[in-house]
Amino acid sequence: MITALLVMIFLAVVLGLVLGYSAIKFKVDGDPMVARIDAILPQTQCGQCGYPGCKPYATAIAKGEADINQCPPGGDAGAKALAELMGMEFKPLNQEHGEQKPRAVALIDESTCIGCTLCIQACPVDAILGAAKQMHTIIASECTGCELCLPPCPVDCITMEPVLENSQSWKWKYPVYNIQNVSKA
Amino acid sequence: MELKNIFKFNGGVHPNENKSLSSSLPIARLPIPKTLVLPLRQHVGHVAKLKVKVGDQVLKGQIIAEADGNISAAIHAPTSGKILKISEEIIPHPSGLPDFCVTIESDLKDKWIEKKPIAWKKLDSVALIEAISNSGIVGLGGAVFPSHMKLKVNQNQSIETLLINAAECEPFITCDDMFMREAADEIIQGTLIAQTILHAKQCVIGIEDNKIEAYQALKKAAQKTSIEIKIVPTLYPSGDAKRLIYLLMGIEVPKEKRSVDLGIQVFNVATVAAIYRYLELGEPSISRIVTITGNVQNPQNYEALFGTPLSELIEAAGGKLNKTQKFIMGGPMMGFDLPSINVPVTKAMNCVIESSPELFPSPKPVMPCIRCARCADACPVNLQPQELYWFSKSSQLEKAKDYNLFDCIECGCCTYVCPSNIPLVQFYRYAKSEIIAQDKAKEAANTARERNESRLARIERERKERAERHAQKALGAQEKNSDDEKKSTIAAAMERVKQTQQENIKN
Amino acid sequence: MDNRSPYIADAPSVSVIMFKVLLALIPGIALYVYVFGLGVIVNIILASITVVLAESTILAIRKLPIKPFILDGSGLVAAWLLAVSIPSIAPWWIIIIGTLLCITFGKHIYGGLGYNLFNPAMVGYAILLISFPSIMTHWQIPTNLMENHIEWLDQIKIVMNSHLLSKETIDAMSSATPLDYIKTQLTLNQPLNIIQQNKIFGFLGGKGLDLVNLGYLVGGLYMLKEKIISWHLPVAFLTSLFFIALIFYSIAPDTYASPLFHIMSGGSILCAFFIITDPVSGPTTPKGKIYFGIAIGLLVFIIRIFGGYPEGVAFAVLLMNIFVPLIDSLTQPRIFGHK
Repeated sequence: MITALLVMIFLAVVLGLVLGYSAIKFKVDGDPMVARIDAILPQTQCGQCGYPGCKPYATAIAKGEADINQCPPGGDAGAKALAELMGMEFKPLNQEHGEQKPRAVALIDESTCIGCTLCIQACPVDAILGAAKQMHTIIASECTGCELCLPPCPVDCITMEPVLENSQSWKWKYPVYNIQNVSKA
Repeated sequence: MELKNIFKFNGGVHPNENKSLSSSLPIARLPIPKTLVLPLRQHVGHVAKLKVKVGDQVLKGQIIAEADGNISAAIHAPTSGKILKISEEIIPHPSGLPDFCVTIESDLKDKWIEKKPIAWKKLDSVALIEAISNSGIVGLGGAVFPSHMKLKVNQNQSIETLLINAAECEPFITCDDMFMREAADEIIQGTLIAQTILHAKQCVIGIEDNKIEAYQALKKAAQKTSIEIKIVPTLYPSGDAKRLIYLLMGIEVPKEKRSVDLGIQVFNVATVAAIYRYLELGEPSISRIVTITGNVQNPQNYEALFGTPLSELIEAAGGKLNKTQKFIMGGPMMGFDLPSINVPVTKAMNCVIESSPELFPSPKPVMPCIRCARCADACPVNLQPQELYWFSKSSQLEKAKDYNLFDCIECGCCTYVCPSNIPLVQFYRYAKSEIIAQDKAKEAANTARERNESRLARIERERKERAERHAQKALGAQEKNSDDEKKSTIAAAMERVKQTQQENIKN
Repeated sequence: MDNRSPYIADAPSVSVIMFKVLLALIPGIALYVYVFGLGVIVNIILASITVVLAESTILAIRKLPIKPFILDGSGLVAAWLLAVSIPSIAPWWIIIIGTLLCITFGKHIYGGLGYNLFNPAMVGYAILLISFPSIMTHWQIPTNLMENHIEWLDQIKIVMNSHLLSKETIDAMSSATPLDYIKTQLTLNQPLNIIQQNKIFGFLGGKGLDLVNLGYLVGGLYMLKEKIISWHLPVAFLTSLFFIALIFYSIAPDTYASPLFHIMSGGSILCAFFIITDPVSGPTTPKGKIYFGIAIGLLVFIIRIFGGYPEGVAFAVLLMNIFVPLIDSLTQPRIFGHK
């Protein structure tokens, strides 16, 4: 009885030491958690989550202050990826923060623009080209569709145009097929 | 010139050829169509840059859009006429989405621009490539890659072997076969030109054993040259470039390399003939051979100008028959449904099959995969299609990529032999386009993150600079005060000295 | 659903493949009837009816279309394989229970056709063997060895009669299989050549059983010709079984039976051509198939000699089925162009 007990305690100590040593010696250096969360977020920098940008939101999630389903551009798929990373339960997108809209880019109506630079100061990724009293224009390839330029414009000349599929961006669809003979009516 | 050691790749299938359907009549030529619709993107790479506007008069062979950058190709007017409009029209693409096209209204005079053959033997390689980049010649076997890029000779890569692809392995298609029978001389001339430009030491034409007359024609034309003509057994897909290289030379081109890295360059027969026509005769690429076959009255090959409406070709072949449900561009193994009959002939259109339920029955019901691995036996790339299917089906795209999904050439051999009728190739196409779209989105997100970070950094920097300037100003005001003080003390001292001096003089 | 490339196909359907497997079983079954009587036909009929009814019920519960999945023949193949693996004089409820177990626990619990991890026939057989050991080890002796001649109708009556017969009749009709007999006699320290003089031993293997195995061999060669199975599995299995038996036989010919005996007796040929070649539960890569076959051959021999059961096929197959995903991932062939 005593020998059995001693053997078990000895095994526990030895295995514990081996595991502890391995945990320290063979530790894999991954990215810090904030960087890994930020890599999943869509980088729209829209602020709909309640934080001024994607990095602050990632920091808040890492600290546990924010929930994983507050990002409308990421949608349900983004929430799922975050849930997997954080080891939490999946929650669908919280509609209070906004709904997931199809991808769009901003468009400035050049006949109305007055060159006030308010939208340039608002754009989080510097996707608006222009200067004071000069024509402003959106660099469409850099626009993330965050819509932060719409409120500041005093003449309301900015609209969101949905990005349509063209023959270059078209994707093959997931195959759908019959599993039994469909009788013709 | 005879059969030497032929290598054999794993897999491949033997579908019914159905080639005699369209190879009994010679190539026909149509009258000039009334309107021609030319998409600006008929090649791999950047869209061609427009050089004309609506209302311009153009001559046959005049350049209407030039190559934009290195990987791009020019577009020429196939006949003389007026630019009617520049608009979005339906193009032959599996998506059915439109693209920008130039529509020419022909004046039926078919007047050529002044043809200027190029003294290519005297030009240095840079000038030669520049000249050919204006020819509009792209790979006419279906890959439509700009040919001037393939004729470039790099300093550190020499081309040992030039291979000409005359295999045409897909069923129904006979455009290369008929072209070889009728224009073997042009092909051989073009091959010799390409060989000289590339400084290739040897030159081999690979042809399948079901094209006897074409083989005879090529052999006769190549009599006095050192060009070898090797026959390969009929097997689908021997016409794939890497498979053909293996069949003829026993060399497997690795995935990360191109064949030029191993000193081998491959061209289609029609492409080298086009190179001959441009350099020796000054004729840019304005037409190609198209096979019209399937459920049609008179199946045959036509030499069609680019931009010809497909409806005119179908009319010439006897019109749309009753049972025809749709039109397939390409062959039955790798082709796709055309969105309508009103699409123009493009550089990639090698064949159009009129499809009826008898010719291509609708797909049978799909059973689950029984893991029989017939697909793996048939795959010419030696992949494991059943693994790729399980991962694509469950959208485990990372694992699909690890199992080398992007090595798949979408030849369709796996789907051809599946007992459960699973549309395997469709799953791979879906998975590939998903992965590509996800990678693009990730790159865009990375760029947005960088721009945001540099914007925040710039704002921070500007704030700091402003704060410094404020601090400077405050410091400057202080310094100015102390200067005045000093001046007044010196002035007072000097006054005192003067006064003392004056007093001394008085005394 | 629209028709996309490739628009043509040339493949036998799943039903055609499965029905060809059934066709390949027929020579073996015919010889079985010739040697042992009609009991096996009753078992086959009972198994087929049970499998069709059971699968239809399960498919209806799972809300899947019934017709394509019944007509694909995979259930029938599993049922027939089970029916020829159990003793032909077993009571009728054995085969029914076995088929039910095979269809539910061997196939539909995993998701139906194409998803099962284990060979369904072997799952049914293993559960029966462990649950009813005495019935499952009483095999009928060949009819020409029996003392009293039994009419063919009586054989059917014996199977259908669920009451166990009086002890004399059972003993007169049945005996242990040759493999079982060798095992028990060896523990009594009888040398092998004396053991093999018993009348139940025939030419190559057990008397009569060797003929049946030849029938299965013919069926297996037919399947090879029709390209239903590939040569890797049967050749790997039979070769490894032969060689390990050869090693042991050359060390001690008195204690271990000859390699040829091992190959031609018990269920070896049936296993080689019909059981391990089940595509769903086996490996998909050619190298994987060879390793799978070799491992099963070794395991069958080890279980026969050192294990508690006289026939090791079922357990060997089930054990190796566990390793199939690992074998698949480790034996991926070299891709064109890759090193």
